[in-house]
Amino acid sequence: MFDFEIVTSWLHEALTSVMSEGLAVLIECVLVGLGIITLYAIFAMIMIYLERKVCAFFQCRLGPDRVGKWGLLQVICDVLKMMTKEVVNFRQTDRLLHHAAPFLVVTASMVTFACLPWNKGAQIIDFNVGVFFFLAVSSIGVVGILLAGWSANNKYSLIGAMRAGAQIISYELSIGMVMLTMICLTGTMSFSEICDQQATLGWNIFRGHIPALLAFVIYLIAGNAECNRGPFDMPEAESELTAGYHTEYSGMDFGYYYLAEYMNLFICAGIASTIFLGGWAPLVIPGLDGFNAAMAVVPGCVWFLAKVFFVLMLLLWERWTFPRLRIDQLLKLEWKYMLPMSMTVLVIMALCVSFGLTF
Amino acid sequence: MSNQIIPVVVAAADLHQHLATLKGEGYDFLELLTGVDWGEEGLGVVYSLTKTSDGTMTHVKSVCADRENPYIDSVTDLWDVANIYEREVFDFYGIKFLGHPDMRRVFLREDWQGYPLRKDYDESSNSDICLEAEPISDMAVKYTIKGDGTLHEERTPIFTDDDYVVNIGPQHPSTHGVLHFRTALDGERITKIDPHLGYIHRGIEKLSEGYTYPQTLALTDRMDYLGAMQTRHALCMCIEQAMGVEVSDRVKVIRTIMDELQRIDSHLLFFSCLAQDLGATTAFLYGFRDREEILKIFEKTTGGRLIINYNMIGGVAHDLHPDFVKDVHAFIDHMRSKKVGLKEYHDIFTGNVIFQTRAKGVGVLTKEQVISYGCTGGTGRASGWHNDLRKLRPYAAYDRVKFNEITFDEGDSFARYMVRMKEIEESLSIIEQLIDNIPEGSIQEKMKPIIKVPEGIYYSAVEGSRGILGVYLESKGDKSPYRLHYRSTGLPLVAVMDTACRGSLIADLITIGGTVDYIVPDVDR
Repeated sequence: MFDFEIVTSWLHEALTSVMSEGLAVLIECVLVGLGIITLYAIFAMIMIYLERKVCAFFQCRLGPDRVGKWGLLQVICDVLKMMTKEVVNFRQTDRLLHHAAPFLVVTASMVTFACLPWNKGAQIIDFNVGVFFFLAVSSIGVVGILLAGWSANNKYSLIGAMRAGAQIISYELSIGMVMLTMICLTGTMSFSEICDQQATLGWNIFRGHIPALLAFVIYLIAGNAECNRGPFDMPEAESELTAGYHTEYSGMDFGYYYLAEYMNLFICAGIASTIFLGGWAPLVIPGLDGFNAAMAVVPGCVWFLAKVFFVLMLLLWERWTFPRLRIDQLLKLEWKYMLPMSMTVLVIMALCVSFGLTF
Repeated sequence: MSNQIIPVVVAAADLHQHLATLKGEGYDFLELLTGVDWGEEGLGVVYSLTKTSDGTMTHVKSVCADRENPYIDSVTDLWDVANIYEREVFDFYGIKFLGHPDMRRVFLREDWQGYPLRKDYDESSNSDICLEAEPISDMAVKYTIKGDGTLHEERTPIFTDDDYVVNIGPQHPSTHGVLHFRTALDGERITKIDPHLGYIHRGIEKLSEGYTYPQTLALTDRMDYLGAMQTRHALCMCIEQAMGVEVSDRVKVIRTIMDELQRIDSHLLFFSCLAQDLGATTAFLYGFRDREEILKIFEKTTGGRLIINYNMIGGVAHDLHPDFVKDVHAFIDHMRSKKVGLKEYHDIFTGNVIFQTRAKGVGVLTKEQVISYGCTGGTGRASGWHNDLRKLRPYAAYDRVKFNEITFDEGDSFARYMVRMKEIEESLSIIEQLIDNIPEGSIQEKMKPIIKVPEGIYYSAVEGSRGILGVYLESKGDKSPYRLHYRSTGLPLVAVMDTACRGSLIADLITIGGTVDYIVPDVDR
């Protein structure tokens, strides 16, 4: 398996040979930052295209097919349109908070995006409490949504933001519990170590068998809710609240929400593939060395992306099949069913681990 | 068969008592309330009451001679739907209903001068283009008469200062047209809804008074655009019966088939839009895919898809397209197929647990409520009210087909949904019974070049896509109607929203609005 660390350490050495350590790190930081932003934008565009095409096929339609071959240039046109649109300011909004809110949302999503392990050695933010950091940073997004609802001085926005607040904070509990379950299995909170383990011992979803599988299902549901995606798209609920918390946004300010929503979905799928499906780790069956070697030929980033898009397809399938829940049903689902269930799963996992019932 | 009606004239002072007696005798459904300006005789109202048990009707007329300050007792305490009907009459004729809790204008702007359907209305009293924003009053006005015979005006606020009022509409994805609900909320719970109508009011009834009879037909398709066939059928039938013209069997059967196709079209759109409103976008497109087939059938025969212009006085405009029978058979097979059509809707939407929990027990209307509010059609039948005119007062070819009147007892949103889904099946069965033996015959009776309806008052009704669609026609023997009033199927459905939604959540407002199935151009006319 190709270790991306070779590239990063070569770059570091090449830079330190001609300049001081501090300057080298600064240049590396800028490069990494540019890398994140580029990848972020590229994946957002892929996601938008994917969603439009996939949902079209679910619905007996063709989807975009006019701009470029199979409508491939449609997203680029959309982005250009979005960027050239006027940002409308309303008189009685809280101007500062109104414009700060989309940045908070997009920042939170970019920082969590940086937590994803793309390949062996290719991880931007990685330290011993990575999972904890991820959970903490991802919660910043809700602040942006609440601010958006409050600052817009619009009743639809406010209701949407309050729904979003209630929803995201509730479902974060389930996500936290699921993460704890898996940490219980792996014994580490570092994303890179979690992946390394799975490269040798097999994917967590197989290692943790029943509790891990249950945790995966809970994660998919809670993750979808966390991303405000249907059937949990209550904060936006276009047929009730027109557009929910981003009703009053236009131009690129709205574009940021759009971007963040898609990327949160990607991140949600990315984390699912990291903690359950091995991240960049190839399919490993302990004992079958020939098979493992063959699997390891495929680069880690391909494994990772393949898993991410697999999970994404599950989420899209869910999104385009179900009608929307109602806010009381949504909260009931979380507090009465999902939370007790995820706690039970945590206990089962702890028992399995302590009695050595995992693989 | 004549459809002439001769209303019983009752003095304004005895009116309330008389109507209350009639209600006690079983005439418990106020089908229509029509304001009329009889010129010298005065302004007045015609009440059309129906027995829900067997569908027989009686009509009561009351006149107030004082044109300057006309008033009549309100019957809002007898029938809830009178609330909105009386506001409509006040809006157009300026008749004040004593004891009505909320005597505001309903369709026109509150700063409108004069009452436009009065025969002496001066059209120059309002400027052509309003440059000011429309004022919306927060005060409900109640008129009562004091001991000395003078009118007393009492104003009460509609919303209190503490109410959190959200405007659902006029531009809103789920109001199915340009409709405005001022919705008071407590958290997410609805405490009151004040519907504000008239955004697309075109004054069709006023316009019709200046048109010849064939010209009035052109406006019918533009009222309930999902019931274009039926609305036009109602008006044609009313004029034909008034003139004593009997249309051929072929026309009757064609009209029946077209009405049923239109009903399926409407119900498919109902399904699609309800799914869309509840966030099930995929189901929405399934419904639209199949609806397209009906529109194609319409297009082949009539040339129109939404505005169809098919029925004419004395017949229909064109003969059926040679492919008509084949296409209709193909459509019936498609809808009943084991893979697509209705089966698919039930798979993706009806059986879905989220939809069921969102619809069951939501917006329950009792049978008493739907009758009092005059909610005919699927909304009434979902609450157990047998109000299907095709059974009660058969017209066209409905007396020769077998079909079931679908009713449910629950009265909730799910029942309202299921009524429509089952009615699609019944409509398919009606069409199937007729399609293979459409009688030969003329498609158009010979009519005089200028159509004049003999003097009198006439009333005909058909079962529209969403309820009883009545046409009240008063003629003085001219080539234009003296008064043409439509029983809107949607107006009672909008009026019932406040009752149906109180205590529910915002999301339920969408479910209830979707399932009672009003169409705004038909509400506003």
